[in-house]
Formats: sequence, structure tokens, C-alpha cells
Amino acid sequence: MKIKSQKDFYSGLLYTVVGAAFAYGATSYNIGTGARMGPGYFPLLLGSLLAIIGGIIIFKSLVVETPTGDRVGSWAWKPLSFIIAGNLLFGVLLGGLPSIKFPAMGLIVAIYGTTLVVSMAGDKFKLKEVLVLATVLSVLSYLAFIVLLKLQFPVWPSFIAG
Amino acid sequence: MDLINNLSLGFGVAFTVQNLIYAFIGCLLGTLIGVLPGIGPVATIAMLLPATYALPPIAALIMLAGIYYGAQYGGSTTAILVNLPGESSSVVTVIDGYQMARKGRAGPALAAAGLGSFFAGCVGTLILAAFAAPLTEVAFKFGPAEYFSLMVLGLIGAVVLASGSLIKAVGMIVLGLLMGLIGTDVNSGVARYSFDIPELTDGIGFIVVAMGVFGYGEIIANLGQPEDKREVFTGKVKGLFPTGEDFRNMIPAVLRGTTIGSCLGILPGGGALLAAFAAYTIEKKTKLRPGEVPFGQGNIRGVAAPESANNAGSQTSFIPLLTLGIPPNAVMALMVGAMTIHNIQPGPQVMTSNPELFWGLIASMWLGNAMLIILNLPLIGIWIKLLTVPYRWLFPAIILFCAIGVYSTNNNTFDIWMVGAFGIIGYTFIKLGMEPAPLLLGFILGPMMEENLRRALLLSRGDWSVFVTRGLSASLLAVAAILLIIVLLPSVKSKRQEAFVEE
Repeated sequence: MKIKSQKDFYSGLLYTVVGAAFAYGATSYNIGTGARMGPGYFPLLLGSLLAIIGGIIIFKSLVVETPTGDRVGSWAWKPLSFIIAGNLLFGVLLGGLPSIKFPAMGLIVAIYGTTLVVSMAGDKFKLKEVLVLATVLSVLSYLAFIVLLKLQFPVWPSFIAG
Repeated sequence: MDLINNLSLGFGVAFTVQNLIYAFIGCLLGTLIGVLPGIGPVATIAMLLPATYALPPIAALIMLAGIYYGAQYGGSTTAILVNLPGESSSVVTVIDGYQMARKGRAGPALAAAGLGSFFAGCVGTLILAAFAAPLTEVAFKFGPAEYFSLMVLGLIGAVVLASGSLIKAVGMIVLGLLMGLIGTDVNSGVARYSFDIPELTDGIGFIVVAMGVFGYGEIIANLGQPEDKREVFTGKVKGLFPTGEDFRNMIPAVLRGTTIGSCLGILPGGGALLAAFAAYTIEKKTKLRPGEVPFGQGNIRGVAAPESANNAGSQTSFIPLLTLGIPPNAVMALMVGAMTIHNIQPGPQVMTSNPELFWGLIASMWLGNAMLIILNLPLIGIWIKLLTVPYRWLFPAIILFCAIGVYSTNNNTFDIWMVGAFGIIGYTFIKLGMEPAPLLLGFILGPMMEENLRRALLLSRGDWSVFVTRGLSASLLAVAAILLIIVLLPSVKSKRQEAFVEE
């Protein structure tokens, strides 16, 4: 059988799998009855509904012709990985990772690290430009979040600030 | 008169130096971020929300309202000058606005959008003030069954207006509802779907979802596309003020747009988009005056009418939120989240228990609109400069501010991991053509819906027919059903597709 709309097929599949997973998960909680709904009642209902909706979408994607085939197209792996990596790095540098005893490096280091990594997601990467950008962002963030809004952030590495 | 008393109470609250400053900062920040291409109002508000945490509730809400209007106004600026609709409701503004900019009339186009929005905002605020009190009375008559049906109607309304596949949008709602259920069940204390992760027992933060899906997801998708050549009309904004001829064309269009917007905005399901479309269609149908530029080639009415309509619509869409506590669209869903952070549960009780806050907010909406016109039109040069900032500087800054924003919500790195995960999910949605706005709406409404369903069924001893035997609830459900049927009618279906293809 040929898939007539790739986008719909995969989104339908996603709905079905996620819906089924939620519904299955709901059975481990108390379902209860309509008059006395347990914590599993509503999720079971919604999960089943989502799975059915997914099924209908899959069915349609196999039957209804589309002129272009609605192809999903290639994934932008490079931006995806650099942006997510930069985001994770921000968390690690800002708060540290207690599980591997990585110390918290604070806001400023985190900003430089994140800006460097995230910038690589773009087409053109010029180190000098990125460093200027990171400096500008550090100063702005320090003024806005620490001085003006007085948010509780570790600003400097924990082994310096103590 | 009650209305005047209430409004003067509100203005008394809003017109303090402190609150005026917050409204001003809100407008400024909102426009600043909103004008950046590729960031819609949802991402803008989510990003700026942490900036209001430290403020007292009234000031925070006033600032948020300012951010909201600023973001919207910034969006229209981008639409007109760069041919890039920042949000769905400025999609139609692009058609004539950009053509005006190409002909060197960007100034009058921006002024028309601004003045039209201001007028519509004033009318919308008055309607909001006038309708809020009687509607709140109605809201007190609502039982859990009515609330549940109203939410069903709101959610259906939201997808009927969404572009693209209807059933996929319904799926997004259900997915959102399910995600909203993650965390501790208030009734039984059971931590649902938390996989023994302590942070998940509190549920997923709505800021995390909004930033991940609307911020990160969009940016990844933007970077995945080859950089298109954008024409930015920066040097050509001269002569801001519309001519007398422009005014003659504009005024009736603004009036029509405002009327349509105010009516459609009250409907659950976010009238702003529909209002803008309807207003543009009506303008197109009215006869051209002799010597007027045809539509699609830079007619000022094509900017003024949809812009007034969507502003009036977004103003009146506060009505269901403030009186019933039900957000009609994704932006309002964020406002609900923001209010809960400041310990305000939106709903009919706000007006009686906290009148300063309620009327202060309404007054500050008008103030926000006024600030935009006083501030943003003269400052237009600065906003235009922002449009020339290359994207490769913008996106690292946006990612960074999002990360700082989520961290500051709970001072917890767990939220940063979550926002990364939702970035991947959001990008997947975009790749698969799934619209994220209904998801956010469902996410906010999930726990509310479950609670009202539970209460309704408890009262009826498990009998589901309670939703159709109570008159009010039955009629709400009937409206939802009619909406669905109308959209599924073959003739409307093709028209609807046509309307969205014009994008």
C-alpha cells in the first residue's frame, strides 16, 4: 500500500502511539466510574480518543490522493542539534551537574558557551562576530536580569564566588 | 452610572506613576521583540513573562497587557515592511500593506494600522467594560456541566478557525489536554505520568511548552530553510502621515473593521484571525471610489480594516477570559498561566473579589493602546532599524533569553532540559504540518476540563446525559456541533481551504 500523504501518515502514527501510551498508562491508575472518577478516567478517555483520531488520519493518508504526496522533506539536523546542544549546555554551565560533580559556572560563562554553540546552527559562523555578540548579550543580561530584575542567578563560577 | 464608576476606579489604579511606567516598559519591550521577524506574539509573551515575576500582581498584569499590545503592533510593522506576517491575524495585512511599502507609502500604511488599531482598541475596551459585569452575572449561574460544555465549544471554535486539516487540529487539542494532565492529580494526589521524576509531579510548565514549541521549534525550522532574500523597506519610510484622501478612505474601513472585530472577538475560539479575514473580504466587496488603488496593489483600506478588526477582536477576546476564566486562544491561554503565577485565578470571582485589579487591567488596556500610538509611531525609525539586524545575531539571543526565562521561573535546570525536549517536539510538529496553537490551548484547559467533568458527573451520579438535559449546556454543545457541521459542509470546506491558501 502506498502512502498518499507522508505528513498525515506520520502525524497520525504519532497520535496513535502517544494516545495508546497515555491510555495504557492510565490503566495503572484507579479508573473509577463516571460518578466517582479516578485519576485514570479522563486520561483513558482522552488517550483512546487520540488513538482513534490518529487511526482516522492514517486511514485518510492512505486513501485520499494528494497532488504532491505531502512529503515531510529533509530534517534540519544541523540547526536542530546545535540549538538543542546549546540549550543543554546553558543548563549545565549555569547550574552545574551534581551527578558528575561538574561545578556551576554561573551566568556569564553560560552565556558565552551557549552563544558560541547556538551560533553554529546558522549558515555563516564568524568567531569574532560571535564573541562580540556574546559580550553584548552578557552585559545586557547582567543589567536586565541581575541588576534591574534582581533574579536569583549564580553569576560567576561557584569556585570563585564561593 | 456603574460603568463610569467602574472605569474611574480602573483609571485611578492605572494612572499611578509606577503603573504607567510598567505599561510603558511593557509596550516598549513587546514591540521590541514583536517586531523581530519570525517571532509571533505567543513566543514574545512567553519570553517576556519572567520579567514580570518580581512585580506586584496589578503591575505585572498591566505590563503584560502592554507586552501583548506591543507584540501585536510589532507584528503588523513586520508584516508591512518585510512581507512577513508575524502571526496569523496579520496575514491579510501583508497583502496590501507590503504593496504600499513597495510604492514608498510605508509611512501611511503604518499610521493607518496604528490609528485603526487605536480606535478599535478604544471601542473594544468600552465593550469589554460594558459587557463584563452582566456576563459575570451569567457566569455565576454556570454549573460544572456548563463549564465543561463551554470549554468544548471554545476548543472546537479554536480549531474551526485554524488553517489546515481539521482533524489534525482536533488531535492537537486532545494531545494538549493529555499533556496538561501530567503531574499530580488534585483530587486523588496520584502523580500521573511523572515516571518518578520529582520535577514532573508539579506538571509541565506552560512557559516551557510555549517557548519550546513556539520559540525553539520555529527557529530550528527557520534555520532549516535556505535564507530567502527579504526586501526591507527601511529608507523609504518618509512622510508618516496619511493624506486627507487616505483619511477619507480609511475612516469608513476602520469603522467597519472595528464593528466586525468586536462581534467576532467575543466568540470563543479566538476571533482575531477570522475578524481580519472577514474585514478584508468585506472591504474587497465594497465599491472602489473613483481614483482609488485596487485591492492587492496597496489600498490603504486593505490595511486599516483588518488591522482594526484584529485589534478589536483581540480586545473583546478578553471578555470570555475575564468573565468566565476560559482562554479563547493561545495568547489568552498564556495570560491565564501568567495570572495563575501571580495567584489570580481568572474567572467571574475576580471582578467581585478584586475589583481594583479587574478594572485596573481594563483601564490599562486602553492605556496600552494609547501608549502605542504616542510612542511607536514617532519611534518607528528605531523599530525599522531592528528589522535590518541579521538573523544570525537574533536567533542566538532569542534562544539565550528563552533559556534564562525558563530557568528564572523555578530556578531549576530541569526546566531547561524540558524546553530543549519541547523544541524537538515543536520542530517535529512543524515538519509534520501539525498546528501548535490548539495544543497550548488544550494544555491550559486540560486540568480545568477534567475537574468540571468530574464535578458534573458526580452531581449527576455518573449520568452523561446531564450535558444535554441542562438547557444552557445543551445549547453550548449544540453551537459547537453546528460549527463543526458548517465547516465540514463540502461547499464551506472548499471556501475555507481557498481562504487559507491566499496566505
